[in-house]
Amino acid sequence: MIERTPILDFMTHVLLVVSFVALLMPMWIVFVAATHDFHTVNQVPMPLMPGSHLFENLAAAWERGNFGRVMVNSLTVALGVTGGKIVIAALSAFSIVYFRYRLRMLMFWLIFITLMLPLEVRIVPTYAVAADALRPFQGMLDFAGFSIDLPEWNLLNSYSGLILPLIATATGTFLYRQFFLTVPDELTEAAKMDGAGPVRFFLEVLMPLSKTNMAALATIMFVWSWNQYLWPLLVVTDHQNYATATMQLQKIVPGPLFGEPPVWNVAMAANLIVMFPPVLVTILLQRWFVRGLIQTDK
Amino acid sequence: MAEIALRGVRKSYGKTEVVHGVDLDIAAGELVVILGPSGCGKSTLLRMVAGLETITAGQISIGGVVVNRLEPRQRGCAMVFQNYALYPHMTVAENIGYSLKIAGLSRAERRERVGKVAASLGLTEFLERKPGQLSGGQRQRVAMGRAMIREPRVFLYDEPLSNLDARLRVAMRVEIRKLHQRLATTTLFVTHDQVEAMTLADRIVVMNKGVVEQVGTPQDVYNRPESTYVAGFIGAPGLNLLHGIADSDRGVVTLRDGQRLSYDRGRWPEVGHGPVIAGFRAEVVKLAPAGLAGRFDFAEELGAAQLIHATIAGETVVAHVSGATRLNGGEPVSFVVDPAEVQLFDASTGRRLAGENGSAVASAPGARAMVPA
Repeated sequence: MIERTPILDFMTHVLLVVSFVALLMPMWIVFVAATHDFHTVNQVPMPLMPGSHLFENLAAAWERGNFGRVMVNSLTVALGVTGGKIVIAALSAFSIVYFRYRLRMLMFWLIFITLMLPLEVRIVPTYAVAADALRPFQGMLDFAGFSIDLPEWNLLNSYSGLILPLIATATGTFLYRQFFLTVPDELTEAAKMDGAGPVRFFLEVLMPLSKTNMAALATIMFVWSWNQYLWPLLVVTDHQNYATATMQLQKIVPGPLFGEPPVWNVAMAANLIVMFPPVLVTILLQRWFVRGLIQTDK
Repeated sequence: MAEIALRGVRKSYGKTEVVHGVDLDIAAGELVVILGPSGCGKSTLLRMVAGLETITAGQISIGGVVVNRLEPRQRGCAMVFQNYALYPHMTVAENIGYSLKIAGLSRAERRERVGKVAASLGLTEFLERKPGQLSGGQRQRVAMGRAMIREPRVFLYDEPLSNLDARLRVAMRVEIRKLHQRLATTTLFVTHDQVEAMTLADRIVVMNKGVVEQVGTPQDVYNRPESTYVAGFIGAPGLNLLHGIADSDRGVVTLRDGQRLSYDRGRWPEVGHGPVIAGFRAEVVKLAPAGLAGRFDFAEELGAAQLIHATIAGETVVAHVSGATRLNGGEPVSFVVDPAEVQLFDASTGRRLAGENGSAVASAPGARAMVPA
């Protein structure tokens, strides 16, 4: 649009600035609260300029929340989920786009409709499976009339329990499918003529080509899995060893439930700590992320 | 023995048949061009040879081995695609050497062979670049290098020059011809461009709607088209075609408006009375009085010559006339056609009429054909 519309320009900028402030104000308050001592932060009104106690608050939060341990847990889970999602998404999209088999479209739509079933909706059955991963198969065997007893495979209180139930991803499969559809058929045929089999084609042609796509997916999924709260809360009871950062936050945030004094400065410092990794990942990958989503890079 | 042999090859997509039984023999070392308009099934035929399409019926053999059920990589073909289909994330060297990598050759051997191929194509200085940093002609050469390096039995080109601009196309045409002379690899080349076909081919296969219309040398196809379809397709412009009634006693074809076009009775002794289509090249028409009378439509300027479009007996006739001619739309014109240059086709089937004497292959346009017997 190359049109001179001063009034419209002004209005859009006003809207932009207002939304920007509305978006960043809470962040700012979190930051400011994390820089004051206990007394200043509980004044009414709270000051809006940062104080000088940031590092001691961070240290206190780190100590209280056992972050040395839970950050590692969170990182393990987030990386595991992200990696798993990318692998599963790429493989299932590869199958759907490049192979002709019966029920192919049915498979695609089955994956697609799980977009409408987020974890929260299916959390009870998912928990049941996590408690005994082989139970569905046991059920099938029982139904078919076999009296074979499968061993119990409990995923609760383990990294696999935190990771595996989260890695199926319709969004990722769909993103990869759309990308694979844009890869020219001639490229596939050229690879065939060069003698590349499907696995080689997938690993040496499709995967390098989908780097931006992968970065986009990794960004979304890392942030998403880092922020998972409900599932870790359910599946982990051994908080000492398997708690994740977001779970730990809930213990530091003061509330009447715990009858503790409201130490908002430390709670907000803990917030900053937990927020840091996803923000960092987003900043590092955002250039790729945008490219992966608009996909002009060929 | 034929290097590539096609026997009754058919291809259908569902109920639609797009290739209706093609028989073709290609000798070792021959460069055969499959020529036809888009949608005539020429690319499908090529892709069936390559193994990228299944063969619905019939048989294809390469080097005496029936390849119907073989994978593309087992057929010994290398292919150059219209849009080059280079791997965008690999360098030129990696692109060219990819098939060798798959074949499990050592890095050193790969580098040596890539180097050789690149040198022969003038690509040495670009080996470390990505395809995105190359011009169209360079990409085309990389695609050729990728095909060459495998030292295949058969080269397949699928309209490789269509994406290039006109000058580059001529240059690449010459390169492909040279490459073929040097390597003498059996080559199958698909194009819709008749100039490309004429200049490159040892033999041309003209296809139309999934059927082979004619197989012959460029000379053959140009001078003795087997059907009105080939006649109209080959040459720029194509053969002029006029409907009329043949009178074999006097050796004339009476056109729809009663004008008479003479033909050589000695050349066509078996033509009876009846409807025919008479054809002649634009190059043999002269602008002179007392010829076929028509109405001038417009002229196409070619620089050294003009193409005069006129309407005669309700049909369009084009004359290739050297020098500048100034005519106005609607003005009467008179075209003189040498009877020896007139070719006759069956009016109902469009096939060339049988019983032709001496097969007057006028080697160059305008050369006078034989004296009547």
